[in-house]
Amino acid sequence: MAIPILYPLTLGAFLFGVGLYGALTKTNAIRILMSVELMLNAVNINLVTFSRYITPNNYRGQILTVFVMTVAAAEAAVGLAIILVLGRNRNVVDIDKITLLKG
Amino acid sequence: MIQFTWLVAVLPIISYLLIVALERRLGDKTAYFGIAALLAAFVLSAGIFVEVLNGATYHKEFTWVISGTRAIPLGIQLDHLSATLLAAVTLVSSMIHIYSLGYMHGDKRIPRYYAVLSLFTAGMLGLVIADNYFILLVSWEIMGLCSYLLIGHWYEQKGPQEASMKAFLTTRIGDVALMVGIWLFFAYTGSLKFGEIGEMIKAGHVPATAALVGSLLIFGGAVGKSAQFPLHVWLPDAMAGPTPASALIHAATMVAAGVYLVARSFPIFSAAPPQALLVVAIIGGFTSIFAASIATVMTDIKKVLAYSTVSQLGYMVLALGAGSVVAGTFHLTTHAFFKALLFLVSGSVIHAVHSQEMHEMGGLRKKMPITFWAWTIGTLALAGVPPFAGFFSKDEVLLAAANLPARLTEQGLGHLAWIGNLVFFFGLATAFLTAYYMTRATILTFFGQPRDHHKYDHAHESPGVMAWPLIVLSVPAALVGFAGTTWFGEHGNWWASFIGEQALEWGAAEPHHIGWVMPLAIASALLGILVGYLLYGVAGVKTRQNAITALRPLYTLLKNKYYVDELYMGTVVAATLAFSRVVGWVDQNVVDRIVNWVGAAGEWFADVAGATDRYVVDGAVNGTAAAAMSAGKGLRRLQTGYVQSYMLTMAAMVVVGIILFQVIGG
Repeated sequence: MAIPILYPLTLGAFLFGVGLYGALTKTNAIRILMSVELMLNAVNINLVTFSRYITPNNYRGQILTVFVMTVAAAEAAVGLAIILVLGRNRNVVDIDKITLLKG
Repeated sequence: MIQFTWLVAVLPIISYLLIVALERRLGDKTAYFGIAALLAAFVLSAGIFVEVLNGATYHKEFTWVISGTRAIPLGIQLDHLSATLLAAVTLVSSMIHIYSLGYMHGDKRIPRYYAVLSLFTAGMLGLVIADNYFILLVSWEIMGLCSYLLIGHWYEQKGPQEASMKAFLTTRIGDVALMVGIWLFFAYTGSLKFGEIGEMIKAGHVPATAALVGSLLIFGGAVGKSAQFPLHVWLPDAMAGPTPASALIHAATMVAAGVYLVARSFPIFSAAPPQALLVVAIIGGFTSIFAASIATVMTDIKKVLAYSTVSQLGYMVLALGAGSVVAGTFHLTTHAFFKALLFLVSGSVIHAVHSQEMHEMGGLRKKMPITFWAWTIGTLALAGVPPFAGFFSKDEVLLAAANLPARLTEQGLGHLAWIGNLVFFFGLATAFLTAYYMTRATILTFFGQPRDHHKYDHAHESPGVMAWPLIVLSVPAALVGFAGTTWFGEHGNWWASFIGEQALEWGAAEPHHIGWVMPLAIASALLGILVGYLLYGVAGVKTRQNAITALRPLYTLLKNKYYVDELYMGTVVAATLAFSRVVGWVDQNVVDRIVNWVGAAGEWFADVAGATDRYVVDGAVNGTAAAAMSAGKGLRRLQTGYVQSYMLTMAAMVVVGIILFQVIGG
């Protein structure tokens, strides 16, 4: 019990707030992607924290975190690939201007 | 072979279907299907008959309907009586099928004729092997239909057309009575089987009155089908059909179905109060003398035979009414042969001279020897001259009638014994009249000088296809009677021992031998022949005219068939017509008006419904659509297309949710 639970939770909440703000306000697709990653990592911190404090004898939270990181990596790869292709073909990465599917 | 009993009845059905199916392609050749099927059926039933002679019987049943806890089994059975009739019917029918090839040659509806003839035979065979009233009734109605179709074979002409309708409607009265009788017994006993119903009546399951009414209703069916008084009027008119069809249907088989019905229902009749059988005997006896007297003045050769048939059927009914199944069924069998023979002979004569009037014939003996000899055998059999078939069976019938007074006394109806004597007298007088009118017909047709030379010159012996059936049928017509002689069997004669055992089970009487009956029967037959010979063979036309003048009222009465037709025209038919006129008036002025009112009301209601539909229902539907549309118009503003605004909404909602969660508490 070296670190009180408040610290990591505060860090997680801060990171989530930063991520949410970025995802809501930015129009650059890469920034939004980065913000989403931030939010995911905030969640990861929460998972590890609660796992450590609530069930210190097993590692469910930590294992789930590994899964989240894996999925996040895949998501980032797919997202970046889409953005890359968009940028190459239409020379934009601004989500406000990508309105191809709008009726 | 006995297990193929059903096949006997199915063979003609197959030929019927084949004829109907292949009529277009094969035309008149389809006739051979009918002939082949009937010959096969005859061979089969002959084999079955031999097996039955050796003591085999057959009974097979299946469940027709299960209703609740009640199962109704139907089946086919083969006993001595049905085996005999099976053989007789198939023999007569196959001969008639062959004969028709010649008689109907050149007719434009030969396939139709053969199809109906086959179907009819199937009906008769089905009736004979039925063990219950259901199959019997179905076969019965098939025969009624075929009779209608065959009488009306030449339906372009008015005569056959009207005769067919008359036959159908008249027998229908009896059919309805039969049906009501069957349902009456079914309601009381829950059984459709001949024997079972009788046993249950005996056991007291049916009130005596109901048993009496029911058995008389069943007899009503026989009265219609077997042309007994007062429903006999259709049979003479039925002669408008082709002669071979008359031979099969209106002489040998279908009309015998009524007699067969009474014989089969005998367990019921014998269990019912004795008045039931007395009524049967009275109707039979009266019909026999009634029809025989009309036959004495008919000049149409077929009409003579028709009334003779009615009279002989009366004989059979009389014998059954007197309690003798043996005598009734014996006469039924012998009559089937010799009457079919006589009809075929008359057909041969008609074929030769193209006329049915005996006054236009005469002297045909030399021109048509085979026909003449066949006729002679048939006549001697019908007139009851020993040793021909009719003599033995008629003797049995008269013996049964002579036993009737004693039987009535035994049954506690002694005060009605005089009816028994009267009925016996009817029978005896009929024997005399029968011999007389047959002699008259023989002399008018075959002897003397030809009265119409033109027709005589054109007359010729019929072709082989018609002559051979005559020869074949002459054999049983002459010889079947020996089954009823005292030389074979235990119960007095072979037939009595063959049928008698079963008949005793059914409650039939075994007539006591009365010595004076046979001589009396022979004497009246010979007397009839003698009178006929004296009047038509010896005396001239002048004497006969004098006799007619002397007996003018009687002659007119007979010539007009006792005015029964006129009576029906005046009462039943007129009443029906008047009633239908009233009904028609009611229909036009009352029913139609009501219908129109209903129509107008419907129209008004439809108007109201239409308005409701337009303004209320459509309004609701359109209103719903309009509401949805305006709601959509409002809501589309939320749909900006910016993902981030959605996310903002989501985040805001999460925050709101958390706050609510905190405020309300988990």
